[in-house]
Amino acid sequence: MHDHDHHHNHAHGHEHDNHYSDMQARVKALETLLTEKGLIDPAAIDAIVETYETKVGPRNGAQVVAKAWSDADFADWLKRDATAAIASLGFTGRQGEHMRAVFNTAETHNLVVCTLCSCYPWSVLGLPPVWYKAPAYRSRAVIDPRGVLAEFGLTLPEEKKIRVWDSTAELRYLVIPERPAGTEEMDEAALAGLVSRDAMIGTAIAGSPEALP
Amino acid sequence: MNGPHDLGGQMGFGPVAPEKDEPSFHAEWEKRALGITLSCGAFGAWTIDESRHARENIPPAAYLAVSYYELWIRGVETLLKRHGFATGEELLSGRKLQDGTAPKRVLKAEMVPAALAKGGPCDRPVETAPLFAAGERVKTKNFNPATHTRLPRYARARTGVVEAVQGSFVFPDDNAHGKGENPQWLYTVVFDGAEIWGEGADPSLTVSIDAWESYLERV
Repeated sequence: MHDHDHHHNHAHGHEHDNHYSDMQARVKALETLLTEKGLIDPAAIDAIVETYETKVGPRNGAQVVAKAWSDADFADWLKRDATAAIASLGFTGRQGEHMRAVFNTAETHNLVVCTLCSCYPWSVLGLPPVWYKAPAYRSRAVIDPRGVLAEFGLTLPEEKKIRVWDSTAELRYLVIPERPAGTEEMDEAALAGLVSRDAMIGTAIAGSPEALP
Repeated sequence: MNGPHDLGGQMGFGPVAPEKDEPSFHAEWEKRALGITLSCGAFGAWTIDESRHARENIPPAAYLAVSYYELWIRGVETLLKRHGFATGEELLSGRKLQDGTAPKRVLKAEMVPAALAKGGPCDRPVETAPLFAAGERVKTKNFNPATHTRLPRYARARTGVVEAVQGSFVFPDDNAHGKGENPQWLYTVVFDGAEIWGEGADPSLTVSIDAWESYLERV
């Protein structure tokens, strides 16, 4: 343990490395125990991981946004009943049971946070990034959103209103960014390519077509 | 509870550090931690609200220092012990020493797609009509329960406006403690930045929370 403690305190800040062996052992012991007790199926864990690594992620949400940009009826449905509208594209399930879509406008920019834990719309964005779950974002998004956005490289005009949605219940919020100018000719698939995960949390805006590689 | 999790408005955590092209997981154990947590949730022995409360009860110094998946592991270990699925000795050794509680179900691989697609809806019907309507001014309660609540400290005793009645949902403050689902109407309540943060607040800021009916009083 002495070596470990020494390692822990070193100044290089590779915290993931430091926690790795401890947590690897702890989680391995837990999985072994629960498997031996017949309480879990390791293959189920593999299936869960595979789902969020390959099937459920921000490309789902980007499709929702692109359709909302392209189809006024769909956008209207999304405003009225986001859960149903999103389900119509096949995106349902855990941590997306009760969806709300919030639309950025020329006047208002929306930003989503969960100050109390890490509530996030898994069904359309996948698993949340580390920063979304970490104290810096959760503490400051509600009091200093402009400061937070600046750390993402986003500076909004002073007159733009900022609405922060603290996800304190089971409602999960998807930000629908404004459609960039100059995209009138683009189809849904191309439009979806302009929509980043962060734009659907509100820490970015949708990319302009000029920015595409 | 006024735990370390209630972070809104706290200071001193430094800048947000977005990671470019962040991977879904930063270590193999994080994958297993996710899967174990979801698999144990499938036992049907505790609610999502109880699991949130288990994480909130992690001592502040640890809560703020460890990674999020470590919080999950600490939380699930607490729940496994509390509900008799594993003893502390078993958790330390990783070996079965005795039989424990029988789960209502064990999540098998073939059940995963349907279970994830279904999720755990929390909307429930209530008999009564909502007390508040969109556009009404309301004040949040001032309370400091030692138990679970979803009313953040920064939003207590503040006056705001009901923007929407969102339906009726399981009441986590009760459900976290085995007191039943006791569903209530849920409202989106919007506050001006100045009402919450006072002097120096960003004048362009509004903040909303989703508040259960019993959190609110008419102004």
